[in-house]
Amino acid sequence: MSIDMAQFHQVFFEESFEGLDIMESGLLGMQPGEADSEEINAIFRAAHSIKGGAGTFGFMDISAFTHIMETLLDEMRDGRRDVTSDAIDVLLKSVDILRHMMTATQDGDEIDTDVVKSQQTELERILASDASGTANDAGNGEGAGDNESAPAETPDTSGSSDEIVGWKIVFNPHDTILRSGNDPYRIIRELSELGETEVICDTDQLPDLKDFDVENYHLSWEIRLNAAVEQQAINDIFDWVEDDCDMAIIPIAGASTGASTGTGSPASAVPADSSQSQSADAATAESKPAAETEPAPTSAPAPATAAKQAAKPAAKSGGAKGGGGSIRVDTAKIDSLINMVGELVITQSMLGMLGEDFDMSRVEKLNEGLSQLERHTRELQESVMQIRMLPISFTFSRFPRLVHDLSSKMGKKIELEMIGEETEVDKTVIEKIGDPLVHLVRNSLDHGIEMPEDRVAAGKPETGKIQLIASHKGGNIVIEIRDDGRGLNRDKILSKAIEKGVISDAGNLSDKQIYELIFEAGFSTADQVSDVSGRGVGMDVVRRNINELGGGIEIESTQGQGSAIIIRLPLTLAILDGQSIKVGDETYIVPLVSIVESIQCKPEMLNMVAGKGETFKLREAYLPIIRMHEVFGVENPQSTNITEGLLVVVEGDGQRCGLFVDELLGQHQVVIKSLETNYKKVDGTSGATILGDGSVALILDIPDLMRLARRHQPIQFLKSA
Amino acid sequence: MSAQAAAETGKNKDIDTDKALLDVVGDQYLTFRLADEDYGIDILRVQEIRGWDEVTRLPNAPEFVRGVVNIRGTIVPVYDLRLKFSMPFREYTKNTVVIVIRTETPKGNKSVGVVVDAVADVLHGHLIDITQSPDFGRETMTEAISGLATFEGNMVVLLDVDKLVKDDSDDVDEDEEGNQE
Amino acid sequence: MATILAVDDSASMRQMVSFTLKGAGYDVVEAVDGVDALNKAKQQSVNLVITDVNMPNMDGITLIGELRKLPSYKFTPLLMLTTESAPEKKQAGKAAGATGWIVKPFNPDQLLATVKKVIG
Repeated sequence: MSIDMAQFHQVFFEESFEGLDIMESGLLGMQPGEADSEEINAIFRAAHSIKGGAGTFGFMDISAFTHIMETLLDEMRDGRRDVTSDAIDVLLKSVDILRHMMTATQDGDEIDTDVVKSQQTELERILASDASGTANDAGNGEGAGDNESAPAETPDTSGSSDEIVGWKIVFNPHDTILRSGNDPYRIIRELSELGETEVICDTDQLPDLKDFDVENYHLSWEIRLNAAVEQQAINDIFDWVEDDCDMAIIPIAGASTGASTGTGSPASAVPADSSQSQSADAATAESKPAAETEPAPTSAPAPATAAKQAAKPAAKSGGAKGGGGSIRVDTAKIDSLINMVGELVITQSMLGMLGEDFDMSRVEKLNEGLSQLERHTRELQESVMQIRMLPISFTFSRFPRLVHDLSSKMGKKIELEMIGEETEVDKTVIEKIGDPLVHLVRNSLDHGIEMPEDRVAAGKPETGKIQLIASHKGGNIVIEIRDDGRGLNRDKILSKAIEKGVISDAGNLSDKQIYELIFEAGFSTADQVSDVSGRGVGMDVVRRNINELGGGIEIESTQGQGSAIIIRLPLTLAILDGQSIKVGDETYIVPLVSIVESIQCKPEMLNMVAGKGETFKLREAYLPIIRMHEVFGVENPQSTNITEGLLVVVEGDGQRCGLFVDELLGQHQVVIKSLETNYKKVDGTSGATILGDGSVALILDIPDLMRLARRHQPIQFLKSA
Repeated sequence: MSAQAAAETGKNKDIDTDKALLDVVGDQYLTFRLADEDYGIDILRVQEIRGWDEVTRLPNAPEFVRGVVNIRGTIVPVYDLRLKFSMPFREYTKNTVVIVIRTETPKGNKSVGVVVDAVADVLHGHLIDITQSPDFGRETMTEAISGLATFEGNMVVLLDVDKLVKDDSDDVDEDEEGNQE
Repeated sequence: MATILAVDDSASMRQMVSFTLKGAGYDVVEAVDGVDALNKAKQQSVNLVITDVNMPNMDGITLIGELRKLPSYKFTPLLMLTTESAPEKKQAGKAAGATGWIVKPFNPDQLLATVKKVIG
């Protein structure tokens, strides 16, 4: 049977790249000297999977390289090796090398072996560095021992096989052998496949019928194999059960046809019974090389070459960059797709039956069926579109490394905070937004955040902060890159713009308009072109990329306090996790990310602040209450008494408040539909969605709702901690 | 250019562009009843006719905007034409009809459902006389009227569906939304 | 035909195993980790389990131990996928009740040969 292994390569590469990301972010999170076993375990597991997969799919160089990393990680995991920053750095670099190897293999390009070799040397240096640690390494020592003893013993057996014409095998399974899932008869069957056998069954151990336990095994066997096979072949058969039986493998010499004239090597001719453990050890030693060396040279090269041949056309057809041919999909999404197809099939067969003998009396039924078909088709379409939705973490995940590397390179201290990584965006956005974001983050690092001493002098914390924030707002995806650095220098931009001929004079440009000049072609404010933020090809290209996605880019800046780049991308098919709430007869969806908690308000928590509206005390803070029924003019709420309904504590734009609602319904994923398609924006909402019963529910936009509420009632929002 | 003049140019343009089609299909109007009066709209703009179904209310919307419904996966607002034209509200019944029409706006086509008392008939253009519309008194309606027709002695008010929804579906600049209420 | 439960957190390995076995006519149930596998093994009867060792949530050796405790899996062949560099894993696996192992890397033919050996 031949199976084309190339068909699994794409999946292998995808999960391996994910594994590399896990390793990378894990390594970035590791502190020298401390060994968080969970963290290291996850890194180890990723390396282990890559190694195993690479070996299986024939990428031997990747497998070999990863093996060294795995060994190092294994030692760290077991606490046999200290986690040093040196080791972390070497491992991080190795992740890069591995990524290079993987990309090259995937694209059918040459791997840069020099780079791989030198990194391998680095890894080996680390491995060798702590002599005591490695010497105590029991697992490794054992493995190495096996490997070394193998060649020594193998010729021994083959040398004696000349005179051997067969084997006598004593096989005395322990009574518990069945409970290991091993069937002794299978062993005998396999032995018989090696050649002609005579089998003698010893039933002496069989208990009386009254003591008979079917779960225990009571038979012993003696098998005479009349074939001059290698002892290894026999050892292989017993490989799994050596601990579950007593056994002996005795060679039968050529001249003699007698039973046990054991002239073979002493190690392999040990009688059964008490010495079995020794024999088992010998068997282990000899069976090992079979398991290890055999598969590698004989069968592995075949798939390896097949892999290379197959990888090339695949890489070509997949498109040059990013190879975005396939997509990994949450199985839940697939399940819902399958359900929908099921419904579609039912509808189709219903319509089919209707068509068989149709007359006008059944026209209503037909219409019903058609509208059902229509609905299902639409749902199917939506679900298929949903498959394209991926969390933006796919894009964000590269930034911790970027910030780590660049900030240490520049001698800056920077903390990166990422918010809303779970925000789902279309795959196209994921693919296209990466480069612009890298550029913007680099800009923040390079131009925004000051050197630590400058920060301290300016009275700021030494460590600068860059935030990457993704969210859904009003049917848009909003991605913000915020920093608390020095902000844009209005005058510098202006003079530069005039110098570069971007504008002729300042005219009466507002600050914002001046800031936006940096998006003009050929603009660079860096005094020197640095290798971090590149050479001024940046911002205009960034803006063009965003525009191509149908989005827009804005800039906010406060001198000395930082700046923010705000990217808005349209999203006709965004999906969000929502909580349904009920107010009167109306159902609304609150984005789950906005919800902090839900509480039943007790009278003593309530507080009327003069001129500031209703508030309630939640732990140490007084939070304003927004009465949904009032703000949205819902006519018949179940209750207008705060203590009788529920307060959903929500947060938006850094402010918290309690939404007074009647009750909570379920949580579900909803597809955001624009109200603007046929109507216009509705204050307090970010759009609408279609519920399971086909009805429409509005999706609340919490910050917008707070603004709306402020117009209705005197509310003072407190900055949440 | 006065509002009325704008209405006329809009109408003329429509007639021109639709001419080719009309020559084949014939000029047709769907007529419906609203408080004992007959109104007609260009049948080419009618997407479908549905019975009244519960809508999802929109907060802080004008009274004539009854809410939104889901029509094949898109969210469509539903206007009550009686309320829009400042006529007395009439409770919805099983016979209440929502006509889903396609309107053309500078921002693209938009669908809107209009609640009417009942659908009456389809009028063929060659059977009716169309005259210019006089001032109708009801301001909200006047702008939307594209002409008057007489058919078998009855008067039918022809409406320009684009004008019908003009003020309500256009996006107002975000900052000025507050004035909307 | 026999049903085989294939457990691996790596999608590519899982697909490879599953594809190979299905091609040979076996029914294959896939699980992504020990916990998933244990649930699936409880829901239906499985004639053979092939599990990876290193997995999140519940590793293969723990899975084998847990399966052996179930009356319906007392005698079921339970194979683990392990690497040559881990002799101690084989021992641990055997101690937990594993029937045997398949050494990684392996190719589809080796896998099939082993499976045929165990369940015919």
